[in-house]
Amino acid sequence: MSKLNELTIKEAQEGLRSKKFTAVELTQACLDRIKERNKDINAFITVCEESALEEARIADGLLNSGQDAPLTGIPFSVKDAICTAGVRSTGSAKILDNYIPPFDATVIGKIRKQGGVLLGKNNCDAFGHGASNENSMYGPVRNPYDLSKVAGGSSGGSAAAVADNMSIFSIAEDTGGSIRQPASFCGMAGFRPTYGRNSRFGIMPMASSLDTVGPITKTVYDSALIMQQIAGADSLDATTIVDSAPDYLKNFEQDLKGMRVGIPKEYFSALGGPASGGEFKLDDEVKEITAKQIDKLKELGCTIEEISLPHTKYAIAVYYILVPSEDSSNLGRLDGIRYGSRQKGKDLYDLYATSRAEGFPEEVKRRILIGTYALSAGYYDAYYKKAQTVRTLIKKDFDEAFKKVDVLITPTSPFAAFGVGEKKDDPLAMYLADVMVSPAAIAGVPALSVPSGKNAAGLPIGVQIIGSRKNEEAIFRVGNKIEIRG
Amino acid sequence: MPLSTQEVKKIAQLARIKLTSEEEARHAETISAVLDYMNILNEVDTSGVEPTFQVTGLEDVTRIDEPRDCKITKELMAQMPEVENAELVVPGVFAGTEEE
Repeated sequence: MSKLNELTIKEAQEGLRSKKFTAVELTQACLDRIKERNKDINAFITVCEESALEEARIADGLLNSGQDAPLTGIPFSVKDAICTAGVRSTGSAKILDNYIPPFDATVIGKIRKQGGVLLGKNNCDAFGHGASNENSMYGPVRNPYDLSKVAGGSSGGSAAAVADNMSIFSIAEDTGGSIRQPASFCGMAGFRPTYGRNSRFGIMPMASSLDTVGPITKTVYDSALIMQQIAGADSLDATTIVDSAPDYLKNFEQDLKGMRVGIPKEYFSALGGPASGGEFKLDDEVKEITAKQIDKLKELGCTIEEISLPHTKYAIAVYYILVPSEDSSNLGRLDGIRYGSRQKGKDLYDLYATSRAEGFPEEVKRRILIGTYALSAGYYDAYYKKAQTVRTLIKKDFDEAFKKVDVLITPTSPFAAFGVGEKKDDPLAMYLADVMVSPAAIAGVPALSVPSGKNAAGLPIGVQIIGSRKNEEAIFRVGNKIEIRG
Repeated sequence: MPLSTQEVKKIAQLARIKLTSEEEARHAETISAVLDYMNILNEVDTSGVEPTFQVTGLEDVTRIDEPRDCKITKELMAQMPEVENAELVVPGVFAGTEEE
C-alpha cells in the first residue's frame, strides 16, 4: 500500500473503515509531509498541527462508534481566501495577516461537521488575483514537479499541496480558472461547478457574478465525491441553485456510448487578439495530448463533432473588465476600520489609503484601479456595459453548442507550467494565460480539468471538459474514463 | 488611449489607495496596455444585445429583513483593530480633508 498521505479520499475512507489505520495516523502522515516539503513548495500559509490532531482524535471516536459520515477523518486543506472559523484566513494579503474569521464558509462547515480534519490554509494569489500564485504576499508557490516552475493560480497552494501529498484534498475557489489551471499545472483533478451550485458564503469575494467554490483532488472520483458533500442551496447565498443537486456518484461509472462530444475549433487555433504579446499558439505537446484524449473518447463510443464558439477570443477582454470592476467594489470593505490591519493616518482618508497601500500587493491595487476606472462616469458604457453585452454573446455560444453536444473538450491551458518570474512583470501576458478557462466562467457553466499525462519535460498537462449548466454528471463520467494519473 | 500618471493618481484617490510615484508610473504603463487590449471588444457588434449581469436566471430573491441574534459578538469584537469600552474606535469622519 502507498504511504498514508499518498492515498486518495476513496482509499482513505476504505482504510479508516476497515481499521487499517486511524485518522490520527493519516493526519500525522500529512503533517509530516508538510513539515518536510512546505519550506520548498510554500503551499501552506498556516498549518494547524495541534487542532488537526485533536480533530483526528474526535474523528477516530466517531469512526469507532459508527457515527461516521463520508468525510470523517479525512485530512484536507483550504485555500486561504476561504474563511475557516478560528483559523487565520489571510487571503494571501497582509491586510488580513491576523484575521481569524468567527465563522466557517458554508462549504467548509459542511465538511467540518462531518469530522473532516483541517490541516491548514493554502497559499494563493492574493484574493484570487493571478494565474501563477506569484501575487501572494507570502511568497510564490513552487510546482512539485519542477521547483523552478509556478504551480499555477490562483489556487496554486491547493493544487501543489494535493499533488505533493501534503493534503488528501483541498477546497479552492474558481472565478475564471483558479481551480482548473493550477490543477492542470500540478497534474490534479480540479472542478469548477455550475455557478450557484455551491454556496459562496464565507469566501472572500472577488467577482461575485463569477465566483465558485470547488475541489482539487487526486482523482475525478474524489471530485465527484466532494461535490456530493458540499453542493446545494444555502439561505446565506441568494444566488445558489434552488433545485437539489444530483447524485454525482450514481451514474459515475456508466459507459460513454452515444455521448456527444464537441471540439470547439477556436481553442485549437491562435487565440488572444491583436495587442502586443496578445496572440499565442497552442503548445504542440498540449495539442497532441488533447488529441489523444479525443481519440480515446472515440474508442469509448462517443461521437465527436467540431463546433464553433465564435466569441471565444473576446473572453479575456470581457473577463478583465468584469472581474476588476466587481473586485474594486468587493474589496472596498477592506479599509482597516472594522477588521484586518489598520495603519496610522493623520485623518480618516489617510488611514484608509495607508492601510490599503500597505495591505495589498501590486496586482490587487492594479485591479482595484482598473475597476474603479471602468465603473467611473463616462467610461461605464464603454467598458463595463460593453463587456456585459459581449458576455451575453459568449453565453449564447455555449447555449447553442449544448443543443448539439453533451460536453466540450479543450486543453485547460495553452501551455504547461511556466517559469517562476517569467510573466510576473507583464500583467497582460499573465491575464492571457486564462484564455481557455475564462469563457466557461463567463457563461457560468461547469468545467473540469482532468490529468492527462505529461510533456517531454515531465510537466503535467490537463484537458478540460466543459458541460452545460447543471449537467455536472456528464463531465464526471467523461473525466473518469480518460484521466491519466501520475 | 493611454492612461496618464495624473489619471492614475485621481483613480487611486477615489479608490483610497496611497501610491508612490514609481507605482503611479508603473500602473499607468501596465493599465494602458490592458485598456488597449480591451479595444478588441469594439470589433463586436452588440447593437440590440442585452447585457448579462448574472447567469442564474433567478429573479428578486428576497428574505424578511429583521434583526437576528448574533452569537459571535465576542469573536467579532476580537477582530476589531481598536476597541474601547466594548465599542469600535474610529477616527473622526470630519476631522480631516482629502488630499489633492
